[in-house]
Amino acid sequence: MLRKALQLSSCRRLSARGLSTRRGGSTLDWGGKVSEIKKKIRSVLPGGTWDLPYDTSHLPPEHADVVIVGGGVIGLSVAYWLKRLETQRGAIRVLVVERDHTYRQASTGLSVGGIRQQFSCPENIRLSLFSASFLRNINDYLAVVDDPPLDLQFNPSGYLLLASEKGAAVMESNVKVQRQEGAKVCLLSPEQLRSKFPWINTEGVALASYGLENEGWFDPWCLLQGLRRKVQSMGVLFCQGEVTRFISSSAHMENASGEEVTLKRIREVHVKMDHSLEYQPVECAVVINAAGAWSGQIAELAGIGNGPPGTLQGTKLPVELRKRYVYLWHCPQGPGLETPLVADTSGAYFRREGLGNSYLGGCSPTEEEEPDPGNLEVDHDFFQEKVWPHLAQRVPAFETLKVRSAWAGYYDYNTFDQNGVVGPHPLVVNMYFATGFSGHGLQQAPAVGRAVAEIVLEGSFQTINLSPFLFSRFYFGEKFQEATII
Amino acid sequence: MAAPRASLCLVAPVWNRGTRGVRGLNRMVAPQGNQRKRRTLVQFLADHFYDVQALREYFLHKQALKVHQENRFQGQEWIRPNGRGHFSLDFLKFQAVPVEAVDASGCTLNYSGLDNLLPLKELQSLWLQRCPHVDDWCLSHLHPLADSLQELSLAGCPRISERGLACLHHFQKLRKLDISDLPSVSNPGLTRILVEEMLPNCEVLGADWA
Repeated sequence: MLRKALQLSSCRRLSARGLSTRRGGSTLDWGGKVSEIKKKIRSVLPGGTWDLPYDTSHLPPEHADVVIVGGGVIGLSVAYWLKRLETQRGAIRVLVVERDHTYRQASTGLSVGGIRQQFSCPENIRLSLFSASFLRNINDYLAVVDDPPLDLQFNPSGYLLLASEKGAAVMESNVKVQRQEGAKVCLLSPEQLRSKFPWINTEGVALASYGLENEGWFDPWCLLQGLRRKVQSMGVLFCQGEVTRFISSSAHMENASGEEVTLKRIREVHVKMDHSLEYQPVECAVVINAAGAWSGQIAELAGIGNGPPGTLQGTKLPVELRKRYVYLWHCPQGPGLETPLVADTSGAYFRREGLGNSYLGGCSPTEEEEPDPGNLEVDHDFFQEKVWPHLAQRVPAFETLKVRSAWAGYYDYNTFDQNGVVGPHPLVVNMYFATGFSGHGLQQAPAVGRAVAEIVLEGSFQTINLSPFLFSRFYFGEKFQEATII
Repeated sequence: MAAPRASLCLVAPVWNRGTRGVRGLNRMVAPQGNQRKRRTLVQFLADHFYDVQALREYFLHKQALKVHQENRFQGQEWIRPNGRGHFSLDFLKFQAVPVEAVDASGCTLNYSGLDNLLPLKELQSLWLQRCPHVDDWCLSHLHPLADSLQELSLAGCPRISERGLACLHHFQKLRKLDISDLPSVSNPGLTRILVEEMLPNCEVLGADWA
């Protein structure tokens, strides 16, 4: 039976070949095809090159589904959630492009590391609450086989925000919103404040709000490394390079009122290698702008804001670099172990660092005093003139302190309303933003990453609705102001 | 009913005697009279204790507080599981009685399991010795008990560090705190000094200074 079947099949094959040769072989060039196939097989086998004469292993891949510009905590969080929420394992190829793998200027590593729920916008409160539960269960989320568990060094000491007479009513309504969302915050009068924290001088303080749970500070570097390690184990590709160009294609369409609208779609991202003119065009489907303080430049590269002012094409991404200083000082008679992160009415803030009576703190300058963000040099006079007087007035023990060190970092400051920008751009349809958090990006990173992954994979926000954070509010002029910025 | 009663051992530590009798149960002083009187005493308590403590969640979530957990109800002795790890059903008689002390030493209690302890508004004594999953986040979660808690023992918990001890600041009524043998605390002597400064009315049992 078998032999007959084999004979039949071989006969059929021979006859087919015979037929083709009889027909003249114009359509089926078996000889040429077989030699081509042989050449390809030889080139794919080890020892041969796939038609490129040089080594390209240091370059990013030629194709990726999602390119995330920026490898800080927000970018890595988006990568993590994309891989976690993808419907099939290995379905999405994610490439994270980070210009500097030492993270020397990245806001993540230079951050003070606080997390609080004391915001005025309910969405911000929800983002922080989810992020707190993410950090609490971080070893369930970011566990990697054979690697040690993460220790975030979380200090659950809470935030203490002080308000003067002017700000007391706003603080009360904020605390009401916070409690409604499930944050554990309590209000303190000046007497209660003095009995709880005897080292505070309550002159000028009308009301204080104190976070009891899920607030405090942690080590941002640990979170970054944990995310990086997990995300690499999930198969996300990393590339050290700079995005220099976007190649996009346009489609002209008419909207409902008959106006012509140009929709752009980014087709390729040009990633330039470090210290070299070499670049790799990466073909992509979605680009995520998580470049932090430099997101404005990335948006300009994509053509966002190129147009007459006042139109949607002319609306730029209002995220700028703002330099902020952090000072570390030692004060032997300073506040004790129970000290929360205290944010004064003047804007100055401080927290404890370690067991040895060292404190970290700073102050956000007013608009007129904004330092030049060209470099990360520290201005010590700023501490002497603008920070120390407020600290000493609020905590008399701080009159005798000694500054040990200081550093500077960038805020990805949203000049429009100091709230994050999340979601797609209305015209450049495949660029998604996850930036502009103006100093509270680190604490919201896990939740923002999940929101961006949801909107990329499913088209809409599933868990926390961040539609107030969409780009279109800049065009409509609707401010979604966050009042409590530290 | 007499047999399970007899297995309740009178092992309450000596210093606890002072905190007994909050509701005037001085009848419990004579040990011999205990076993005979306890039956009627329990019925008396069930009839006369009208402060309602919602222990319904506690019974529903007993699974979370398993193994060797012990409880002491107000003025009563410790309720312990028998040799096989089961609690006697006498528990149900104490539904209206506030829980005064919980000994959850060695339990695999975690952050969400502690939610069951938070409704116990008259809890005076909490022992969480050698609990492997109690960490700094759990300590910050305990703040609703700050008004009543007088004794807290965290000895031997591997995940508690000095950062979690900072949020014990809320417990101003605390009189006894045991923070000995905490392997994750980086500087036990200094931590003990800082905790003593933070809680001036509390006796802190901790590491030796040496």
